Amino acid sequence: MTTLAKPEEAAADRGGSSSSPFLSVRDLSVRFSTEDGVVRAVDNLSFSVEPGTTLGIVGESGSGKSVTNLAVLGLHNPDSTEITGSIRLAGQELVGAPVRELEKLRGNTMAMIFQDPLTALSPFHTIGKQIGETYRKHTGASKKEARDRAIEMLTKVGIPQPTTRVDDYPHQFSGGMRQRAMIAMSLVCNPKLVIADEPTTALDVTVQAQILDLLKDLQQEMGTAIILITHDLGVVAKTAQDIMVMYAGRAVERGTVREVLKNPQHPYTWGLLSSMPSLTGPVDIPLRPVRGTPPSLINLPTGCPFNPRCDHREQVVGGKCTTERPPLAPETGHATACHLSVGQKQSIFIDQIQPRLG
Amino acid sequence: MLRFLVRRSLGALVILLVISMVTFELFFAIPQDPARLSCGKVCTPENLALIRHSMGLDESTIMQFWHWFSGIFTGRDYSVGHCDAPCFGYSFVKQEMITDVLLDRFPTTLSLTFGSVVVFLLFGVGTGMLAAHKQGKPADKIASSASLIASSMQIYVAGPLALYVFVYATDWLKQPAYIPITEDPIAWFSGLLVPWIVLSLIWTANYTRMTRSSMVEQLSEDYVRTARAKGMTGRSVFLRFAWRGAMGTIVTVFGIDLGTLLGGAIITETVFGLHGLGELAIRAYFDSDLSMLVGVTLVAATLIVVFNIIVDAAYALIDPRIRLA
Repeated sequence: MTTLAKPEEAAADRGGSSSSPFLSVRDLSVRFSTEDGVVRAVDNLSFSVEPGTTLGIVGESGSGKSVTNLAVLGLHNPDSTEITGSIRLAGQELVGAPVRELEKLRGNTMAMIFQDPLTALSPFHTIGKQIGETYRKHTGASKKEARDRAIEMLTKVGIPQPTTRVDDYPHQFSGGMRQRAMIAMSLVCNPKLVIADEPTTALDVTVQAQILDLLKDLQQEMGTAIILITHDLGVVAKTAQDIMVMYAGRAVERGTVREVLKNPQHPYTWGLLSSMPSLTGPVDIPLRPVRGTPPSLINLPTGCPFNPRCDHREQVVGGKCTTERPPLAPETGHATACHLSVGQKQSIFIDQIQPRLG
Repeated sequence: MLRFLVRRSLGALVILLVISMVTFELFFAIPQDPARLSCGKVCTPENLALIRHSMGLDESTIMQFWHWFSGIFTGRDYSVGHCDAPCFGYSFVKQEMITDVLLDRFPTTLSLTFGSVVVFLLFGVGTGMLAAHKQGKPADKIASSASLIASSMQIYVAGPLALYVFVYATDWLKQPAYIPITEDPIAWFSGLLVPWIVLSLIWTANYTRMTRSSMVEQLSEDYVRTARAKGMTGRSVFLRFAWRGAMGTIVTVFGIDLGTLLGGAIITETVFGLHGLGELAIRAYFDSDLSMLVGVTLVAATLIVVFNIIVDAAYALIDPRIRLA
């Protein structure tokens, strides 16, 4: 574990080769013990992210999106959470890493942008202090240097009059500015990995677009790898290169944005896309939500966890949907976890789903 | 800040005026005739009228209140002598100026409060933070159960028990007594030790519970998680973020509690025979010493109002979202 001081080198060595990705999550499982039983929040999840690219993770509430990423940062409660599998960041194993090591990485090599910047920023400290203290912690800079750096970051994220706003408290900022400040805070140490947990959900649409553009610009400038957690497929389409659709703690579909959004192959992804309003389509067509509710993670349905809500399970030969959990296949490229055959998926999509999407 | 203090002080004066009017009216409206109490065994109507006149009771309530109220600022003359401002009146029961009695009793209450405040802030907040830090672990469970037991203990149980254990049975500590700190600091300390322990027992328990719960609440706040996500160390997250948030609640409650305590700990003072404001109030009540009751009530009310203002000002220092205007 001496690679800590040189994650950049490790990333640089690897270059564009696919031998070991920048962030590699393998067979990650996260379980919480609660009074009602064990919650399997994340179950055998694998994915990877390359520098300079964005992975969009989509899924309903409770599908394990946020838990996965809190596990990457090690922000779960260690007393009640059991994590197995492997999370490797630039070659360094994070599962089971000592707290001190994680503290050095958090905010420095990997950073997080939270959903609601009003509650996620401390009401007791100025914006400048909150940005600066991250910088001081990881670089050992002086107070003056940290303040200058905070002003520089605020300028970068487009806060007007950064030299005076740096001394404001979060409640003196508007919602959009708070999220910009949040982004400035997470990027202050030029992290190699940024996890953005629904960064635009609390914002109105115009500000949403600005924030996404900002993230994109900063990514291009610094070559950051971004994990974008959202339930908004529109946001993913605009910003991500790869998508992972999660359901009940597992990936059900994975691929490039083009593959997954233009040619989705999993019934749950179909459901998500059908439940999205179309701007160009006729307005009187009702939206089709995914019927039913997400399953309890304590007591998952046997077989494919999506089977009670699936419209196509009768077409699977041998009724495997209720008995056998489908694996995510193939290993690489566009993959789905579904018992339907490739031909079936393609014909259902073309005949039934595509016309509906308009 | 200055504008706030001026505005709040003016408001406080209005509140105190209303309080003094209500307490004055209340105590003088009850069917008690102080003149009759001072009249003695052979009470002729002429005698009674004479006493009533000398006490100023033959005037209208409004005039009585006016004399009493203006006396606070200008002083007042009684048949027994002059009463300097601030004059809270004359106690016919104790045959003393009320201001003198209050000044005589206040140091006792102040000393009692001071010692127990030091103890319960130190131990209460400390234990509460420890419990929050070790949330769910044995240390937390012990602290939580102990504080639950202690906070359900009453002073009239804990007091005599402590007296028996520490004083009568073992002779470890001194019999409670108030000796002014200016006379003998060591005697002051040892004389008040048992009352401090007993009075602070319940308060320690309350502050443990309050500190623990507000720390636990703060620790689950989003901004505390953000601090951890930034790589802040566990100690920094706990002290600089969570504790900062929890402090607001504690300071608020503490300010009010301090005002209440300084107004007199009635039961503690009575149990230990300390002649503080609380004991004075309860004695005045049994003696039907109405003017004394009004005086003690007003002092207690003033303390609470003043500490309320201090709390609000302190809160603005802790939480930048609070604007003072």
